Amino acid sequence: MAGGKNPWGSGGSSSGDGGDKDEPEASKPKGPKNPWLPPGSGGDRRGPNIEDIFKSRGPEGPRRTGGPGGPGFRMPQRPGGKSWFPVAVAGIVGLGLLATSVHLIGPQQEAVVKTLGNYTRPMTPGLNFSLPFPIETVDVEDVQGVRIVRVPGSNQQVKLILTGDQNLVDLSFIVRWNISDLEDFKFRLVDPVETVNDVAEAAMRAAVAETELDETFSGQGRAAIEQEVRERMQRTLDGYQAGVRVLGVEIEKADPPSDVVEAFRDVQVAEQQADAARNKARGEAQQVLAQAQGEAEAFDKVYEQYRLAPEVTRQRLYYETMERVLSKTPKTVVETNNVTPYLPLPEIRRRAQEAPQANTVTTQEGQ
Amino acid sequence: MQQIWEDHKATVAALGLAVVAFMLSAFVVPEEEQVVIVRTGEPVGTINTPSGNLKAGLHFRWPFIDKVVRIEKRLLDLEMSDEEVLSNDQQRLLVNAYARFRITDPVTMVERAGSTDGVRNALQPILNSVLRQELGRRTFQSMLTAERGDALANVRANLDRQARQYGAEVVDVKITRTDLPEAPLQSAFRRMESDREREARTIRAQGARDARIIRAEADAEAARIYAESFGKDAGFYDFYRAMQSYDATFAPGNGNAESNIILSPDNEYLRQFRGRR
Repeated sequence: MAGGKNPWGSGGSSSGDGGDKDEPEASKPKGPKNPWLPPGSGGDRRGPNIEDIFKSRGPEGPRRTGGPGGPGFRMPQRPGGKSWFPVAVAGIVGLGLLATSVHLIGPQQEAVVKTLGNYTRPMTPGLNFSLPFPIETVDVEDVQGVRIVRVPGSNQQVKLILTGDQNLVDLSFIVRWNISDLEDFKFRLVDPVETVNDVAEAAMRAAVAETELDETFSGQGRAAIEQEVRERMQRTLDGYQAGVRVLGVEIEKADPPSDVVEAFRDVQVAEQQADAARNKARGEAQQVLAQAQGEAEAFDKVYEQYRLAPEVTRQRLYYETMERVLSKTPKTVVETNNVTPYLPLPEIRRRAQEAPQANTVTTQEGQ
Repeated sequence: MQQIWEDHKATVAALGLAVVAFMLSAFVVPEEEQVVIVRTGEPVGTINTPSGNLKAGLHFRWPFIDKVVRIEKRLLDLEMSDEEVLSNDQQRLLVNAYARFRITDPVTMVERAGSTDGVRNALQPILNSVLRQELGRRTFQSMLTAERGDALANVRANLDRQARQYGAEVVDVKITRTDLPEAPLQSAFRRMESDREREARTIRAQGARDARIIRAEADAEAARIYAESFGKDAGFYDFYRAMQSYDATFAPGNGNAESNIILSPDNEYLRQFRGRR
């Protein structure tokens, strides 16, 4: 350590704050000032200083064996004066070979091994070894993972499918599938994924073409179509030996085409209106019946009493009613034989104007 | 290095030559391909064909005189898109179809078509015409039904017969899409609309009909209840109902105008008014 020249070392004589400003001049020939050091920390710094770091890192420094990175890096030399370069290349190549010959196959995965292009063996999950890259190639696939085909795809336009009764349905669906036989999947079809797409679409159109429009909207009809499409797809793909297992088909949407959707909605509205009319009628019917039952029941009760004493009950009812009626209305008793009946016509007219709809009843029992 | 070259000139040269010869003559046949070796224009051998003995892997040829023709071994597809097909009842239909085929006889294929694209080019028009013929023989309706399966089986058989001449085998022909061209599409929409309008009208009428029936049934039932009850004594009912009626008509309130009643002393109610017996 060059203690004496160190501006931050113990030898700093300058007091406190001013120290920084004076020192850099002295330190310049040695190297740059450490910019990360707080300005006031002059005297009591303990860590290695920046000069030391550069010294030990540089090509002439004591720590020669360090890796690349310092300024003025040169390829280190092996003992004996030979270059490390071939060794490094060999090492990298060796590592590469090792990397291509050790394979960790995940639990969902399987792999096929080709020896010089010729399929030789499968690899199952776990740690596997193969000959290094140019000789054996290993192709790993996720076989268990469920893959999804969406028809129509995101970039496709709306698909209208013709139904058996020559109508059109706007239908979208997904197919879930995975690989059942990796060997077939790899070596039988040029583009297995594209094939699954094509087969899905063909199967769906064939299935819908055998279904009537209304069935495609009903839950049961849809389930039947889904089942049918799944079976069709599996049959076709098995025919291609595609090594694909169709796990399921789900219809996401089966709607009337947008051009005629109004008419379809109107049918639903009509259904609801019809239901509403029926419900209203049922309500009214209940009301009519209840009223009838109530009135009949009331009559029956009274009649029961009436039968016990017909004349008296009749009289009683008559007087009670008359009381109720006559007690609340103005009455005039007229002796018809002597007096000309007076009809208060102006008053009646006035009242008629007050309540135009109501009718004024005048009972005239005359002779 | 210098030293080695000086000492083993011949060996090194021989080794170099061997490497060059190896590079020129060895070739790898991957599992996905079949190979025909063509020697001065003549196919002399095949590798990795379905019927052959030689499997995929490392193989050798004579440099310069043997040419390696690589041919796809896997299933290939042949697409046909948006062809307008006329059914025998003069309806137009846009058809998309595909055929899947594979090369089973690469030697024939190389001789007759040259490459898989050659096979495609040869089969494309055949697929089109065979499909048109076959579908044109059927009604529009039957194109949509299970009969389509038979039609496609025929198409496949026809196409396969042609494909054999090119060393290919047609595995399957399928229709991916059948669409209506624009004009029939619009008329189909109109028809669907009118269908639904009819349906909606029917449903509304049925609703109204049901409502009437329900009301009428209730009225009938009510009438029966009244008759059963009141019919027990028609005379008393007349009296009883009259009492109710007076209550209802003469009672003030209920929207009735106030009544004025002029009574004659002869009135039944006033029978006792004069104290006579």
